[in-house]
Amino acid sequence: MSAPLLRAVAVTKRFGDFVAVDGVTMDVEAGEVVGLLGANGAGKTTLIRMLLGLLAPSEGVTELLGGEPDRERRSRMGYVPQGLGLYRDLTVRENLSFTAQSYGVAAREPGGALAASADVLVRDVPLGLQRQVAFVAALEHRPEVLVLDEPTSGVDAVARASLWDTIREQATSGTGVLVTTHYMQEAEQCDRLLLMSGGALVAQGSEADIVGGTTSVAVRTDDWARAFEVLDAAGEPVMLSGRAIRVADADPARLRSVLDAAGVTAELEPVPATIEERMMVLARGAEQV
Amino acid sequence: MTYGVRGATVRFGDRLALDDVTVEVPSGSVVAVVGGDGAGKSTLLRALVGEVVLDDGDVSAPGAEAIGYLTASAGSWAALTVQQNIDFVAGVYGVTGAALEARRSELLGRAGLADVSDRLSSQLSGGMRRKLGFSMVMVHRPELLVLDEPSTGVDPVSRIDLWRLVTQAAASGAAVLMSTTYLDEAERAASLVVLDRGRVLAQGSWDDVRASFTGTVTSGQGAVRPEWSWRRGRVVHEYWAEGEQPTGDVIAPDLEDVVIALSLVRRREAVPS
Repeated sequence: MSAPLLRAVAVTKRFGDFVAVDGVTMDVEAGEVVGLLGANGAGKTTLIRMLLGLLAPSEGVTELLGGEPDRERRSRMGYVPQGLGLYRDLTVRENLSFTAQSYGVAAREPGGALAASADVLVRDVPLGLQRQVAFVAALEHRPEVLVLDEPTSGVDAVARASLWDTIREQATSGTGVLVTTHYMQEAEQCDRLLLMSGGALVAQGSEADIVGGTTSVAVRTDDWARAFEVLDAAGEPVMLSGRAIRVADADPARLRSVLDAAGVTAELEPVPATIEERMMVLARGAEQV
Repeated sequence: MTYGVRGATVRFGDRLALDDVTVEVPSGSVVAVVGGDGAGKSTLLRALVGEVVLDDGDVSAPGAEAIGYLTASAGSWAALTVQQNIDFVAGVYGVTGAALEARRSELLGRAGLADVSDRLSSQLSGGMRRKLGFSMVMVHRPELLVLDEPSTGVDPVSRIDLWRLVTQAAASGAAVLMSTTYLDEAERAASLVVLDRGRVLAQGSWDDVRASFTGTVTSGQGAVRPEWSWRRGRVVHEYWAEGEQPTGDVIAPDLEDVVIALSLVRRREAVPS
């Protein structure tokens, strides 16, 4: 069994009194796509920066490609930040050529959807295509591990599917992938999920593992506006879902009494919570502590 | 009241930004416009609020004093505090004194910003800043609320808060048109409009969209015709037009599948023969 490509052991990071990452242990193996989820401020970016050796942990150890995350190991890694890190005043071809030369590898000719835009300035190509350029640039030196921050933010469904195709191809050929996303539907694209909240790793595994035992209540009624209003006024974490209303981590009996008091007739049904609802419950819990 | 655009067409130079788009936004409901970068979402919203003049078609909207419009980029003044931002906008609409006090505390309370009312907008998290922007466009109780990607780049928890604020506005009678790149969010709206390259790919409730989708989607380890397939996690989904004989396991497509399939069909048709 080879060493994990990314590994954190009991890692903590403090900024003054603030604990940004709190005792996190995790890893990413070759050939798997791991999704890192969490609200803003949950500690995702700080954890990634420690894994890449850009920030020193206050406690614990991080490893990149089986050792200390130094410059040599970082050169065997691919990273696509949310800001993409492209030169907007260079063409698509010039960007790829520049990155290839930095890594000392031969530049590849812009292929596929990039071929037609090879000589267009990056700032003039659509966002979806810019993301593809950033991807190709990050993959030119055949990295052994790939770290992607919000790779599909803002692109249309077809471009998103094509980016995930590329990510999966990389994993199939043995690359380990760590990806953060705000787009919960994308959790299904990952082999394994990690959920952070308040700096700590609070759940990991499949979508079912992440949701844990949390249930929500679906409220079906003809008068959704009134039902929403009274449940919201009662402080319930209420959400609209099509014509139905969902209340995360709620007690059906309590909801029933609120609705009865307002004279709203409704059907209540306990349903499994979504990942977002689980995150909302965690965030609310953190506020109340 | 129902607001909206009918047969809206907008050209920027020789580019067709909107191509014969009709969208109805009834009072008391949320209509979601979904599409990627360059699909025409912002142009549609700006046409409805009168910032873009149509080359063809009609707009039905109330006067500017009854519109609340949250743009994709701005939202608040970085160098003002949360309270100053609200008060400034209220002043523009002539809301002052006790009415302002009451409205401000109501809006900040709902948005979860009451504890940070003295904080500079520049010191807020992205999600909080978006909620402040939303509160500012709600100050004058608009009849038509137009929100350009209120939740893009906002973390999932803040996104749920924003969605709740939007729902509250609709529940109290506003007509809401919002754009989003998140399909799961669009699925939650009463009605959705899928735009691709300036044209409507699908619209109606999710049930309507599902019912009008005539093709078949299969799921498998690989695709028979890669040009008609897309990846969903460890499996690949493939589209088959009506009348074609599908190979593989037929599945019930979700909104993501339907949007991708319709986009592939539309783009194939758009190639000049």
